[in-house]
Amino acid sequence: MTNQYDAIVIGAGHNGMICSALLAKTGKKVLVLEANDQVGGAAITRKFADDFSVSACAHLLFQLQPDVIKDLGIEPDYSKKSMETIVLTEDGNHIRYQGKNISGVNEEDKKNYIEFHNRMIRFSDLLKTYLNKRPPRLGTKNTKDLMTLAKLGFDIRRMGKTEMREFLRLIGMNIYDELDERFVNPYLKGALSTDAVLGTHLGPRSPNTILTYLYRLAGLHGDVSSIQGGMGGLMNQIRSIAEGSGVEIKTNSKVNEISVSNGAVTGVQTEGGEKYLSSTVVSNADPKQTMMNLVGPKHLEIRFTHRIDNIRMRGNASKLHFALNALPKIPGFEDLDYQQRILIAPSEHYVEKAFNHAKYGESSVRPVLEITFPSTTDSSLAPEGKHVMSIVAQYAPYHLKGGWSNESKQQFSDAVKSVLKSHMVNIDQCIISEELLTPADIEQEFNITGGHWHHGEFTLDQFMFVRPVAGSSQYEMPINGLFLCGAGSHPGGGISGACGRNAAQVILQRD
Amino acid sequence: MTAQHIFTGRLKTPFHPRITELDSLNTWHNWAGYSSAEALYCEDMEYFAIRNSTGVFDITPMTKYRITGPDALNYLDRLVTRDMKKIKPGRVAYAVWCDDQGQVMDDGTIFHLREGEYRLCSQERHFAWLKAASIGFDVTLKEETADVAALAVQGPTSYSILKNMGVRGLEELKPFGLIHNEFLGSELMISRTGFTGDLGYELWISPDKALELWDALFEAGKEYGIRAIGTHALGLARKEAAYLAPFEDFLPAETTVRTGRTRSPLELGLDWLVDFSKENFNGRKALLKEKENGSQWNLVKLDIEGNKTADHSYIYAHEKNNKSEIGFITSAAWSPICKQNIALGTVRSPHGKPGDTLWVEIYYQREMHWNRVMAEASIVDKPFWFPARRGKTPPDPF
Ligand SMILES: Cc1cc2nc3c(=O)[nH]c(=O)nc-3n(C[C@H](O)[C@H](O)[C@H](O)COP(=O)(O)OP(=O)(O)OC[C@H]3O[C@@H](n4cnc5c(N)ncnc54)[C@H](O)[C@@H]3O)c2cc1C
Repeated sequence: MTNQYDAIVIGAGHNGMICSALLAKTGKKVLVLEANDQVGGAAITRKFADDFSVSACAHLLFQLQPDVIKDLGIEPDYSKKSMETIVLTEDGNHIRYQGKNISGVNEEDKKNYIEFHNRMIRFSDLLKTYLNKRPPRLGTKNTKDLMTLAKLGFDIRRMGKTEMREFLRLIGMNIYDELDERFVNPYLKGALSTDAVLGTHLGPRSPNTILTYLYRLAGLHGDVSSIQGGMGGLMNQIRSIAEGSGVEIKTNSKVNEISVSNGAVTGVQTEGGEKYLSSTVVSNADPKQTMMNLVGPKHLEIRFTHRIDNIRMRGNASKLHFALNALPKIPGFEDLDYQQRILIAPSEHYVEKAFNHAKYGESSVRPVLEITFPSTTDSSLAPEGKHVMSIVAQYAPYHLKGGWSNESKQQFSDAVKSVLKSHMVNIDQCIISEELLTPADIEQEFNITGGHWHHGEFTLDQFMFVRPVAGSSQYEMPINGLFLCGAGSHPGGGISGACGRNAAQVILQRD
Repeated sequence: MTAQHIFTGRLKTPFHPRITELDSLNTWHNWAGYSSAEALYCEDMEYFAIRNSTGVFDITPMTKYRITGPDALNYLDRLVTRDMKKIKPGRVAYAVWCDDQGQVMDDGTIFHLREGEYRLCSQERHFAWLKAASIGFDVTLKEETADVAALAVQGPTSYSILKNMGVRGLEELKPFGLIHNEFLGSELMISRTGFTGDLGYELWISPDKALELWDALFEAGKEYGIRAIGTHALGLARKEAAYLAPFEDFLPAETTVRTGRTRSPLELGLDWLVDFSKENFNGRKALLKEKENGSQWNLVKLDIEGNKTADHSYIYAHEKNNKSEIGFITSAAWSPICKQNIALGTVRSPHGKPGDTLWVEIYYQREMHWNRVMAEASIVDKPFWFPARRGKTPPDPF
């Protein structure tokens, strides 16, 4: 039979593609079904205005795991490698940091920053090991899991008494308190807060925002780059690696049912009515969509369904794209500065206040912004002399009071422009065209429940052993032959590939 | 000064005024927030009313949930282990439901009142669980415990009493069937169900007609030895019928803390309620595994020598070797009607095959001093009390 496969992967996000490539490399016949017409999920480049293209969701690469790069043989084509982060100040004396180098702050802050950075790197290295393998199951008798647990304990202990204490103290803590204790410069505190909370429903004063910060550093130590041709450029490469290994990809094929018989998967069915058979189905769709919509509660246990239904996954990160006829003027900026990563988050309080609105279902009046001008290093994105501005703007809660409408979208993009204007006086004259993607739009267009960056909030209660939910943290779902490989599984979101790679390893070990 | 705004007392059922009139012992206990009489005048007499005439027991405190909506059947079929598709309108199903690990949360009865409309009754409250179970199903759940007053009317003369009261359709009503009548302008539901293992019925009515129903029933039963009874009499009758009681013969899974203290339906002798041919039900995966690998425990019905009640006794495989403890008694009684020393117990596999002999260590007190006997116990297959009249349709009149 021709529609019979060794494995079917639902979704061609980067994790789905990486997983399928690793499966196909072992000689398996693998089919990837993607709802959209493009491969890449939230990692695509697409046109948003006449002659202007942009990375539609993820725009910066800082988490792609070295293990993934190695296993697949990816050779990223950077348009800008190792970007500096510039934190805008009103007077043009901006703060800049990259790795452990920092400028624009006083000597005391500089010293503390280096110490802080070194410690965070040490802790993130510890974390990294555990992000790149399946999490052990608690209360298990499986020797491999017990070894991992023992090693985790040992690794923490091996850091030495002081560092161990420090790790255990920090891991559940909020980043606000830590920053407040160490630094005086509000811009620096605002920027590091932003690094910790991007993509989450958390403010710097929320618990475990040190963990989210460490997660950002794990793998590449927070080294931020952009890719030639936008994030879609990276995906094209991963796509050819997958296809080179024999993966078959069908786009415009939205799966609407995972078929289950006697507690085991038998295949999938698409909206178009096509049926594909396999006893191994791997879902790159988020856990909620996979289990609640594609499998359906009638095949699942009650407590498990309840847990899945309760996964917190309401997005807050929106994406704003501007087509520009010229780069806006920013005080103190040289030409090369436009190639860097730019933050507007003037203090830790500013970030927390922006989050306050989200708690009550309102969008931030003064949003936190992560800005890039990708066209300054990549001429493929805009016509000669013109530019693209790509902004992650937070917080735009998925559950906006009254819902997202044209008016509420306008209100939010006006808020973003008003923040921009305090640093770029002529921004209004530069804009030719704009696009705003709220989490509600992202849910619609990228098939991610809640439009959430991580396919499920990144918090300790949804982390490691309990991601996506307790009892299913090892990629295997309670339906035989069904696996998750997307950001909603361990370790989490971001263009990292860890979920896809770990899932492939688990699946291959089962055979 | 009384704080009227804070409700701290126990609820009274709509039958309370009539029961207190008949009550001379004043021993009440808490049943799901309601006052329930343990005995009214004499436990033994109340018990014999069940077996020889008719005992009336107020079951209003029993937790009742109404389940309706397009997915009601699918919902219940996923919730409980037995096949609900076989339970047609007008039928009642005894059922158990399990947690995800296949451990029993409770047992109860599900009344298929009308097409697609169900009532689930259980001793314990389960709304949170039922609600969690409803995720993804188009059903409406309603807690209706206080909206329905109910009486169990149990015993050999119960059929004649209800006929005398004017209930129509009783002749054709088979065990586990239900019918609707009208009573003073309200709907009266009559089901042939009960917790005594005898001929008997349960009556379900709106609370505002409760007292009228009670009066009509007792008027109709005057010549048939009708008596109000308390929980102790009922408790003895249920042991004779070998029915399970939560917190005695098993612990509802959600209330246990220690591992290994729960029981699966297979371990409670309820295999006949578990339908593996169903595509899915909660706990199926775990139970299938248990079926393949074997259960840890077996429920036993024991006929014990002598007349010393074996409450809480240890069970042994052999008389002489006390180290071979294999389980313990969960319910025990001297059965007046069977003239047998009966008990339900839980023993480790592979023990527990009907026909086998086990030993029970019974401690009993005589004038303060303790005595101990090792009593031989045989495992029986059938309930201790299972009279032919229980299943006969129409039942014999008196
Ligand atoms: C606004 C925003 C900005 C972000 N910025 C960054 C960033 O700068 N850097 C970074 O590293 N990360 C960023 N992220 C996070 C990152 O984009 C995601 O975590 C990551 O893309 C998730 O990858 P994935 O492969 O697990 O899932 P996805 O990329 O979501 O892919 C899932 C795929 O499955 C498909 N699918 C879903 N359901 C079905 C179905 N039923 N049938 C068929 N196909 C289906 C979807 O269409 C999609 O293609 C951002 C996220 C957002 C929302």
